[in-house]
Amino acid sequence: MNDHGGLPTPGAPLASGGQVRPDTDRSPAHESALAHVTGSARFIDDLPEAFGTLHCAPVLSPLAHARLRGLAPEAVAQALADPAVHAIVRAADIPGEAAFHTPAADEPVLATDSVHYQGQVVALVVADSHRQARVTAARLQQALQLEPLPAVLSIDEALRQQAWVLPPVCVIRGEPEQALARATHTLGQTFEIGGQEHFYLESQIAYALPQEQDGWLIHSSTQHPGEVQHWVASALGIAANRIDVVCRRMGGGFGGKETQAGHVAVWAALAARAVGRPVKMRLDRDDDILITGKRHPMRASYTVGYNDAGAIQALSVSIAANCGSSADLSGPVTDRTVFHVDNAYFLPNVRIELLRCRLNTQSHTAFRGFGGPQGMVVIETIIEQIAHRLGLDPLDVRRINLYGAAPRNTTHYGMTVGDNVLPELLGQLEAWSDYRARRAAIAAFNRSNSTLKKGIALTPVKFGISFTATQFNQAGALVNLYTDGTVQVNHGGTEMGQGLHTKVCQIVAAELGVPLEAVRISATDTARVPNASATAASSGTDLNGRAAEFAARRIRERLSAFIAGRAGVAPDAVRIADGVVSLPDDSKPLTDWIKAAYEARIQLFSDGFYATPDIHYDRSTLTGQPFYYFAYGAAVSEVAIDTLTGESRVLAVDILHDTGRPINRAIDLGQIEGGFIQGMGWLTTEELVWDEQGRLRTHAPSTYKIPTAYDLPPRWRIALWNRPNPKPNVHGSKAVGEPPLMLAISVLQAIRHAVQAATGEATPVVLHAPASAESVQRALGGPSAS
Amino acid sequence: MSSALCFLLNGKPVGLDAVDPNLTVLDWLRCQARLTGTKEGCAEGDCGACMIAIADARPDGRLHWRAINSCIRLLSSLHGHAVVTVDGLASGGSVHPVQQALVDAHASQCGFCTPGFVMSLYALYRNGGLQTLDRPEVERAFSGNLCRCTGYRPLIDAALALRDASDDAIAAENAVTAGRLHDLMRRSDAGPVAPHDGPLAAGDGPRTAAAVGSPTIDAGARALRPRTVEALLADRARHPGAWLIAGCTDVGLWITKQHRRAEHTIDVTFVTALQSIETLADGRLRIGAAVRLEQAWAALCARWPQLRGFADRFASRPVRNSGTLGGNIANGSPIGDSMPVLIALGCHVVVASQAGGERAIALEAFYAGRQQTVMRTDEVLLWIDVAPPGSSGLVAAYKVSRRIEQDISAVCLGLNIELDDGVSAPVVRTARIGVGGMAATPMRALRTEQVLVGAPWSDATLDLAVRTIRAEFSPITDMRASSRYREHVIGALLIRAWREHRGEPVALDALS
Repeated sequence: MNDHGGLPTPGAPLASGGQVRPDTDRSPAHESALAHVTGSARFIDDLPEAFGTLHCAPVLSPLAHARLRGLAPEAVAQALADPAVHAIVRAADIPGEAAFHTPAADEPVLATDSVHYQGQVVALVVADSHRQARVTAARLQQALQLEPLPAVLSIDEALRQQAWVLPPVCVIRGEPEQALARATHTLGQTFEIGGQEHFYLESQIAYALPQEQDGWLIHSSTQHPGEVQHWVASALGIAANRIDVVCRRMGGGFGGKETQAGHVAVWAALAARAVGRPVKMRLDRDDDILITGKRHPMRASYTVGYNDAGAIQALSVSIAANCGSSADLSGPVTDRTVFHVDNAYFLPNVRIELLRCRLNTQSHTAFRGFGGPQGMVVIETIIEQIAHRLGLDPLDVRRINLYGAAPRNTTHYGMTVGDNVLPELLGQLEAWSDYRARRAAIAAFNRSNSTLKKGIALTPVKFGISFTATQFNQAGALVNLYTDGTVQVNHGGTEMGQGLHTKVCQIVAAELGVPLEAVRISATDTARVPNASATAASSGTDLNGRAAEFAARRIRERLSAFIAGRAGVAPDAVRIADGVVSLPDDSKPLTDWIKAAYEARIQLFSDGFYATPDIHYDRSTLTGQPFYYFAYGAAVSEVAIDTLTGESRVLAVDILHDTGRPINRAIDLGQIEGGFIQGMGWLTTEELVWDEQGRLRTHAPSTYKIPTAYDLPPRWRIALWNRPNPKPNVHGSKAVGEPPLMLAISVLQAIRHAVQAATGEATPVVLHAPASAESVQRALGGPSAS
Repeated sequence: MSSALCFLLNGKPVGLDAVDPNLTVLDWLRCQARLTGTKEGCAEGDCGACMIAIADARPDGRLHWRAINSCIRLLSSLHGHAVVTVDGLASGGSVHPVQQALVDAHASQCGFCTPGFVMSLYALYRNGGLQTLDRPEVERAFSGNLCRCTGYRPLIDAALALRDASDDAIAAENAVTAGRLHDLMRRSDAGPVAPHDGPLAAGDGPRTAAAVGSPTIDAGARALRPRTVEALLADRARHPGAWLIAGCTDVGLWITKQHRRAEHTIDVTFVTALQSIETLADGRLRIGAAVRLEQAWAALCARWPQLRGFADRFASRPVRNSGTLGGNIANGSPIGDSMPVLIALGCHVVVASQAGGERAIALEAFYAGRQQTVMRTDEVLLWIDVAPPGSSGLVAAYKVSRRIEQDISAVCLGLNIELDDGVSAPVVRTARIGVGGMAATPMRALRTEQVLVGAPWSDATLDLAVRTIRAEFSPITDMRASSRYREHVIGALLIRAWREHRGEPVALDALS
């Protein structure tokens, strides 16, 4: 059932836009595929509502920074006079901790005496219907008594005020200053990297149902049910064991439901407590975008020293991150930015300064890549600019800077890069994509076209796999084998569309030797597997798949021992596969043996636990071995720009990506494709615009533009790097959730190439991300440049 | 069934009385019918998670299927339609071929957008003729669906895998639905009506001869569906505060986002006389206010094939399937992607009231300010009259937006220039230029037109025209673009037209 067999040779495309490749046909479908297409897959808003269920909507601050004097009492009275309105919940109504249960404890559950961004939740309205709650909340927003305060609305202003959410960090290796002074050439630049709205299709939602004896059932669309449990416990002032958090599936997560789902769950629980009835809170799309954090917008300033061949001699870079109004996950997110400033390259002398700015905006949070993408954009931009200055092909500059043999195999944070496949992988992709010939053809095209210019770039990805916070690298699972031979799997990971549950079912089926159809996944439930980490950091399958594999293994070993004893053979002579038990001279259905085992009182369920070995990391110095291994990949993107308007289009993409030995080829392909397109959106059409009052103006799909089907490039070829993970990992696979997003950095660099071709100047252009038409037009030096 | 509002839902008749005119189809489906397969992703018609398929009978009795956004469509407007939701596709224990195609292509990840894609594909499927389906057509069909997980490739593959769908099977399915729809409407209080009589409505005014004597909609009705122009104008006179709806793609947001509520709605799309497109004796194209954007743009593109690409970028297909050109014009968005090109082509709107009769207004004079028109409160937009094509020269329309599909332009340009032969270069005989995104309303670029008219069609003239148009307006900075960029780009689009007219490659979408 695992589609390990018959690996195509590297270079055989899996997807080419217009046909399904037979290579993925054998992959088991997503465990919910039929439910998805029939509309019967239940999301939280689809659950039958318990009798008496009410609905909750938030009252949002309209100002970025203000003193809060409260809600006008007459407006509150008027709202409550409506029999459809049941309660208005404010900070004073919180029985437990008034701040969300984060390490920094710097985010009020509901605003008390001040508001710190437009969209901050001040109060909750509980009403008969979703619409009624929203209408009342909108009316109450007008009744907020606010006194505006000066707001920090730009990274510049935050730097001037030294407004940090966390203290600055600096990582130094070698002698960057001296090396820069001695460098053959130097160049430097400052540029912006925009943030990104997650735009999961299912907006944030939680459904809180009070149970008997102060117990709670919380349905939460969350990547981290355990954290929701702790947050709700903290806000309600009750013990964790009274709270059961359940998540069957999310309608997309992408990091946006790692911490942000906790807010909504806490609010729903507070509202339910206030009225003593079940309360569902589903954020309207605009409210969702206004309230929740995004990918961190960042600014990078750098000076790089390099030799005539393009080899980097020294790098000094300062990265200022807009973290928003509170710390949230900004610490680990920006740590990962630092970890990925090298991307695939050896930086002999490097200084990275990290400034974590507090702005009066949404509090920025986890988003696929978790700070890594911004770090990689910095170094890939530097590489392109070095190449441009030297008149070299950027691919050659990339090659010369790749990690290599000792001493060029140690990262700036002290980790040895021991499994580097990039030199070989880049070579294969270069040949498969016909990179050199296309680059020459593009030069010819650009000579003969004045309005349109093309560009191409090949960029690699090396992405560290593991939570950088070492303690999160653990997972548990519970596997139940029933006497009819069917299996239910429970684990701490959550399904957000990435196919985790499907892969875990495959792993368990393979381990137990039962058909995949016999294995059913349960909803993720804090009552079944406790203390689970967030499903994040691409680690869902590595951790939970392994834990489930271990649980299943224990059951299989018990069964094998039992069968061996009964049959009088050695345990290793017992083969269980596809629901059949084969002995040297006998073969019968596994279900027969399971019944016999039950009757013999053999335990048919087991837990499993996994903790990633070999990792350690010192948070104070940002050094150690934070990652178990690296995932690799590379992409070639070809684009065209319109030099009149700055519009651009991605014409062709070729990807070669390392997923180790895939557990489910179709799912891995889906992660690669979806990640790339999401990354492409981040760097092209998706732009967050805050106005001069700090109001986010792009808070709906009418103004915030994620890619559509048209944006899938006409040429679209993807191949997998077919070698098992050299590190012992579940089924030889590699994590695949986040790394492909960063393949899309090739799009930004290809646009840069086209712009550079249009300007014809030796000076590297300044191209801010996202490369919107206006951004490209500014880079071209048009009148919008300022 | 004798109800105010009748439609087929997943093959079964539904009759409802006293429907709140503010009730959206999606809210009714999810909260009242408890059909939860259809999702709310944005409640503004931009993401497609709420997609459903609807059909009404064409004059020849055949069904024409359309995917529409149920989140902003008002339930009252579904009278007389066959409605299918994702919950209703699987039958007899097996899934529909459209659904199976998505499963086979591994085209769902989180599954939240999936029902919407299923329904966009389903509408395409039920119109038949999939043998010639190609990737551009699939992209158009999906232009109103957002997926954040897959990157779209498997969804496109799933659609293309339907190319061998049998038209016979589809025709049989459609015949069953058409029969049921006919039965329903025959049994409804509308009385017996021939199947070729178009969509049925219980209106205020007189109906078809066959329907004489049928009762009008219940007296307390707040969702009015007049059937004739006379009844429409009478309703308007009686309810000057009523919302005129003509597809709901904008008005729907007044309810879902602005929390406004209508006392009454008057739906113009049931007025038979306004459902047609005709060529007037003097060659003008007359588009009725009830003509949906998809058909209106098809008619415009039939006259000006070069507008095809522009038309495809107007909103999304489901929005074009629901919204009307009349509604787009009457709502007076400052950008309203149709107006700049219509202004350039030469366009009058015909409005009418019971008291004042008809009057025609040049489109460029139709707007009094941002989302304000010169229509009086008792007036209704009836027809859009577009001047016939000229004999020579160029007609072009361009928009610049963040995204190609389903995006509102930052800047929009419509250009209509007629040229005479000149000594060394052609001479501009007439010029009409419409712009969007440059002011509080769509505008005609009169100063730039003056620069062009009578001048040789040359580099020097173009330079002057570019400088003029860049200075002619004072656009604002907003989330779509800065004022400086808008000023730059409106000129850049003139240069694009010039270069394109000279045969230079200027189109990104023509590259491969």
